Parts: sequence; structure tokens; C-alpha cells
Amino acid sequence: MSQSMSRTALYDTHLSLGGRMVPFAGWEMPLQFQGILAETRAVRAHSGLFDVSHMGRIWVRGRQASALLDWTATGNISGLTQGRARYGLLCTHEGGILDDGIVYYLGPEEYLLVCNASNRDAVWRWLAELRDSRFQDTELDDRTMEVGMIAFQGPDAHAVMERLSPDLPGSLRPFRCASIQVDGVTVLIARTGYTGEDGFELMPPADASADIWKRLLETGAVPCGLGARDVLRLEAGLLLHGTDMNIRTNPYEAGLDRFVALEKESVYAAALRQVASQGVGRKLTGFRMLERGVPRHGYTILQDNLEVGEVTSGGYSPTLDSYIGLGYVAMELTAPGSRFVVDIRGRQTEAEAVALPFYSRRRG
Amino acid sequence: MYPDNRRYSREHEWVLIESDGRALVGITDYAQEQLGDVVFVELPEAGTQLDQSQKMGEVESVKAVSDLFTPLTGEVAEVNQALVDHPELINDDPHDKGWMVRLASVDATQLDSLLSASEYESFLAELG
Repeated sequence: MSQSMSRTALYDTHLSLGGRMVPFAGWEMPLQFQGILAETRAVRAHSGLFDVSHMGRIWVRGRQASALLDWTATGNISGLTQGRARYGLLCTHEGGILDDGIVYYLGPEEYLLVCNASNRDAVWRWLAELRDSRFQDTELDDRTMEVGMIAFQGPDAHAVMERLSPDLPGSLRPFRCASIQVDGVTVLIARTGYTGEDGFELMPPADASADIWKRLLETGAVPCGLGARDVLRLEAGLLLHGTDMNIRTNPYEAGLDRFVALEKESVYAAALRQVASQGVGRKLTGFRMLERGVPRHGYTILQDNLEVGEVTSGGYSPTLDSYIGLGYVAMELTAPGSRFVVDIRGRQTEAEAVALPFYSRRRG
Repeated sequence: MYPDNRRYSREHEWVLIESDGRALVGITDYAQEQLGDVVFVELPEAGTQLDQSQKMGEVESVKAVSDLFTPLTGEVAEVNQALVDHPELINDDPHDKGWMVRLASVDATQLDSLLSASEYESFLAELG
């Protein structure tokens, strides 16, 4: 491994648990522990732990903090009440998706943006540019290295957290965040995740991460790597930036327009209002294979031997026991039931468009 | 740990000569461990003629696609149909239930070009 690779505070913990480490977005991260499919099943059935400390954590503070975020994040940030979080896209003046992430409203004039590891530098530069040009009364503070982040996901997670932290607010509903004590350590906790299960994301000080991780492991949570995280998010129909969308994709093509507030003044408003009124020619769809075969990023989608799209994500879903994928296709092929063919390294394999998500948990 | 009743290739296939002279072929425990969870296997049709080291199929794990090569020249007499529905057998039992093809009309002299169990284990040790 080159010396420029970053390690999270849990690196040694991963090695001791037999994690298979791989380079990812400049970090050495565990791809898997016991195995990708077993980890995926554990999260769906009980609970799993993910080190997501590689993700960017940028605090935005000051009188213009919400105005800056509102200028580029597609969700309505100034409309948030304290202790709530909102998913959104960071869009540019052309309406392209620079990144996606969650904005947490922590306290008066204090917000936290959690963004993708691969985009952390680009997001930082973009926010700094906005601060310098229009929102000078804002302080940006990248605390990725000082604060850890652990995702604790699965149907058992809520009961376990209530036991571990008596001061966990009973009202900590989805997309709420709060500061709690776990074994005397102050931890920022949010009811968010990237798996399609109920669960939490915990942000302790980096040097307390290993103790929190160990405490959660003792409750029976299974350590999970990036492999299971990717399977889980795909089953839940959650897009991955850089794979399923990028700066050349707009939220309408990505099927994420429900997260776009068009009415507010913003850097993207003019571009995306035009997209909204004109419509798009291609759009992301979910699909499942009608024959055996693993669709993968970059494979061509065909109909009547004509290229009509491209696969962006795909794989075997252990939860559904079928092969599923995401891809961009001509608009008319996004209707559920539409048939097309995926070219799997020369093998023409039948597929059918399906509505997203592929999997949604029972709520109760 | 590798059974010494068979020979191994440097591409991590094993071949077991059966009492009737036919050859059973699969991938090694090391190979399945490196691949991770296998989710799809494509095997040749019965009757296919294969030359030693020729590509005979593909195995896909969650993360990657790998080619399968035949360690011996021969004719595909049978493929393990159970793998089509249960590719995880390759992870669970690579040296037995996870066998892939049965070859007839093999050239037994080619076995000399393959590794014994102890030679294969030394080869793995060199890989680190």
C-alpha cells in the first residue's frame, strides 16, 4: 500500500477481525470480513456494523451557513428544524450532480454535511468557492480525521441502542439526530443509513471509535465491509455517486427529482427548472434479469440489437435471490415490465424494468 | 490440507482421475477463498472438446469475473448441474460437491505438467 493511503481509527480493529483490506477512494478499507453475502444477510436479519469513517464530514457554521447550503444542496435546508437531517444532492449551475449527501442541523448556525469519500476534496473546494464568492459569513471545518463514523444497521439496532444509551431520545425517528452518551463518551447519533434497514450512524471522536465499535460487536452485530454495503444499498435502490450518477447527470435523469426544491433561489435553479419543463431523454431504471447472469457497471443495454442504454450497477441479490441492476435507458423503457437485453460480455441476457426499490423492509 | 489424490494447476484448478479413467475438474480452496462468494458459473456444454489450458467457462463472485481453464485435454462428458442453481457449493465444498466438469478421453500424460498437492502448497506459499 502506498504511504499516501489514509487509515481510519478502526484500521487495526479491522485487521484483528480478519478484514480483507482494499484501497477505496484513497483509504484502506475492509471489503469483507466473513463474506459479502453472509454479512448482507446478517444486516437484513439482525444487525451489522460498518466503518464509514472514510466519508467526508464537513461542518458548516455561521450566520450564512444555511444560506450557503441552500444555494447548492437540493433539499430545503433553511426549512429544517434543529435535530433533523435531510438527504439531498449538491448541484452545480449546470444542474449536474457534484455529490449526494446528508445535511444535519446540529445547533444554532451549525450544520454538518456528510459527503462521499471520493468527492470530499471536490465538495470542499466547491463549498469554499461559494463561501468566498457569496457567503463570506460562513466557517467551513473538515473534521473527517477527528471524528469517526460507524453505521449500525439492521432490525435489532434500535433495541440495542436503547439499551446502550438510556438517554437515546425515544423520539429519534428517521432523519433525526442527537447528541448522546455511550459509556461516558459523547456521540453524535442519527437515524440514517445506506442499507434499506432501520439503523443508526454514530459519530464519536475518532479516538473513541474502537471502543464504541467493540461495544456494538458485543451485542452480536456482525462486522461488515464495503462489499455488503454495496449489495445492501443496491437492493434498497440507493444510488452510488460516481457509479450511478455524476457531474454529467442531473437529478431528473437519476430519478431523484423528489429531492429537488425548485422554488428556492439556488445555483442550480435555472438549469433544473429548464430540465423539469423540457423533460429528459434517458432515465435511470431498476431492472431484474429474467435469465441467469450478473449485470455489471458499463455493460450495454440493447433492444432489437440497438443500443438503448447502459448498466451502472448490478449484482446478485441474496435477499431476493435474483440478479438485479440499475441503468440508464431511453425514457420509454423505464415503465415496469419493459423488456430489454443486457450484453454480458457478448452473451445477450434478457432483463425487465422494475420499480425501485428492489427491497423495502417491513415497517412496524 | 490439499488432498494428494489429485493434481493441481497454477491457475488453481484441481483434477482427479477416477477409476474409469475419466477426470473430475474443479477449482481449489485457495481459488474460492480469493474469489469470495460465487454467484454465477458458466460451464461448457457436454460434448465440448477442450485442449489443455483452454478457457472452459467463467465463474463470477460478487466483485469479479474470472475465467476457468481446463487443466487437461478432453471431452466434456458431464457438467455439475447443481452449480447452476447453487453456485455457493463452490465456496462451501470446492474439492467435492463443488466439482465443475467431468472429462472423458483425457490425455493422462499431461498430468505430469501439473503439480502434486505438496508442490501446489509450496506454490501457494510463494504467492504469499
